[in-house]
Amino acid sequence: MSVWLDLNSKVIVQGMTGSEGHKHTQRMVDAGTRVVAGVTPGKGGQSIRFEEDPVPVFNTVAEAVAATGANTSVIFVPAPHTKAAALEAIDAGLDLVVVITEGVAVADTAEFVAHARRTGHTRVIGPNCPGLISPGKSNVGIIPPNIAGHGPIGLISKSGTLTYQMMFELRDLGFSSAVGIGGDPVNGTSHIDVLAAFEADPETRAIVLIGEIGGDAEERAAAYIAEHVTKPVVAYVAGFTAPVGKTMGHAGAIVTGSAGTAAAKKAAFEAVGVRVGHTPSETANLVRQVVAELG
Amino acid sequence: MDLFEYQARDLFEAGGVPVLPGRVASTPEQAAAAAAEIATPVVVVKAQVKTGGRGKAGGVKLARSPQEAGERAAEILGLDIRGHQVHQVMVAAGADIAEEYYFSLLLDRSSGGYLAMCSREGGMDIETLAVERPEALIRTPVDPLVGLDAATAAQIVADAGFDEADRPAIADVLVTLGRVYADNDATLVEVNPLVKTGDGAIIALDGKITLDDNAAFRHPEWEQYAESSDADPLEVRAKAKGLNYVKLDGTVGVIGNGAGLVMSTLDVVAAAGAELPGQPRPANFLDIGGGASASVMADGLEIILADPQVRVVLVNVFGGITACSEVAKGISDALAMLGDKASKPIVVRLDGNAVEIGRHLLIEAAHPLVELADTMDAAARRAAELAAD
Repeated sequence: MSVWLDLNSKVIVQGMTGSEGHKHTQRMVDAGTRVVAGVTPGKGGQSIRFEEDPVPVFNTVAEAVAATGANTSVIFVPAPHTKAAALEAIDAGLDLVVVITEGVAVADTAEFVAHARRTGHTRVIGPNCPGLISPGKSNVGIIPPNIAGHGPIGLISKSGTLTYQMMFELRDLGFSSAVGIGGDPVNGTSHIDVLAAFEADPETRAIVLIGEIGGDAEERAAAYIAEHVTKPVVAYVAGFTAPVGKTMGHAGAIVTGSAGTAAAKKAAFEAVGVRVGHTPSETANLVRQVVAELG
Repeated sequence: MDLFEYQARDLFEAGGVPVLPGRVASTPEQAAAAAAEIATPVVVVKAQVKTGGRGKAGGVKLARSPQEAGERAAEILGLDIRGHQVHQVMVAAGADIAEEYYFSLLLDRSSGGYLAMCSREGGMDIETLAVERPEALIRTPVDPLVGLDAATAAQIVADAGFDEADRPAIADVLVTLGRVYADNDATLVEVNPLVKTGDGAIIALDGKITLDDNAAFRHPEWEQYAESSDADPLEVRAKAKGLNYVKLDGTVGVIGNGAGLVMSTLDVVAAAGAELPGQPRPANFLDIGGGASASVMADGLEIILADPQVRVVLVNVFGGITACSEVAKGISDALAMLGDKASKPIVVRLDGNAVEIGRHLLIEAAHPLVELADTMDAAARRAAELAAD
């Protein structure tokens, strides 16, 4: 088991014919992901060779699904077109839609996330995220597949590079799945959604949660952990040195007034017994400790 | 991006929200001329700063003639209000205020939708009201697929307890404000106070708007707001090069890839520095992004070395998409380009994609300023040591 992604995941790449989409499709295929189709409006009928078998390109997600039985899509289209691409994927009935694109207008995100919730059948991850990986099984997005292998840790993160850093720190243990939920103010999937999935996943024995300044998602995650998570959770929060009112790279990473500080998030975790590392390496050591305690 | 009050007023006016006449002025003469043009018995001269508390700081004054408006503007221009210098005032028509209300519509990160907040008790600091009398501030979720429609507005004015007779007019203004929010890709529209005048008109007397920077691609008109921002000159230069840079007050320049890793690097530097003489802290946030090339690395290094406060530079890269070989090339290119101008030590930590080639390139180049570190923690500690007194 793993979270949302396994050997059976059949993946469509929206924007596969673009340079980013093409580059990352190659990497996903190399990592063993079953990429069954690409979608680019106006380029249907082509096919692109990544390995032995050419991957067909369709004009619409619905056509791609009908022809291939795909259940997952990953979106690499430019920000101005992301809303339309996501709505199309949701309306085509996919189980999982992973939006990698950075710089999506938040009103667009709010709309396609609300639409996904309304229809009730699609999980959206992102936008502005690195995607998710179940090492050795499937990789949807841009997480490098060779950092760490399969193992007992479930990872949740707002940040791409901190995901990589933490996977690197814990490459001795390995991961059931690592899920990057993205650094925008509105995300299709929250820390809580991933916590619930890891709690239910028998392969995941311990959870590492990476948060950062802005919003109150970490505080809500802490409250959820107290009520619903029995597996050990270790947290890390980035942004203690961030000044008030400045956006730190991620659109959602901003301290407004006294809200959204790293200190408040750390305190919220510690209040419910979640250990919080000061640095990524210290966090990794805490994870090793809790895994050792599990025996 | 936050707008000044006069910019919010102009967007309100363009969107059909009732406002009073107002003109922006940068000099006392312009303020006097604006008052003459508005020609009401009383005008209000208001400091234009992107912070609250300007009333208490002496940034809002009444004037009863154009000459007085000029005098009040002279007093207000140049004031420092919570660290913001006043460069402009708005001269606005005086209002005959019967009642003051509060209304805002904002992005609600918790729900992924929008939230409308409304109170019959406006004019005061809303955070204080929210703490002291939370029942007086009603909160209504707004569906992003619907927006603030007439039905939602009717619900809000009923829940907020407005007099029956006033409800339709206030609800109309709320719907219009909702349209301004949506049409301008705002993440916040706040009116405090929304007033009822002596003759029963509903008017937005003050306005605050925050725009979603990610929506700039569909708002070419936002270019007019860029010049009025009061950003740090290095931040402006970095932005022109497409770099994500935030100036801080320390002495350790930081370059990394990915917002999360760079934020984390700043924290690790600050923690390492706290134990050292002079307690060195990070000088900046600089994210060169995913897949950064050698030239982007060189641009970043140039910006950081242009900050006179910087004593040492820390490069912390975990190559996911970014190839460490490119980062190493970028460091070498930048040093060659900068020549004698590059006089600060550079501590480099590389891991991930193409790390062996990257490290090898730097060892081969043997630049006297460049020092390699094995881990993120060791690199941060070394950089902090080099910046310590």
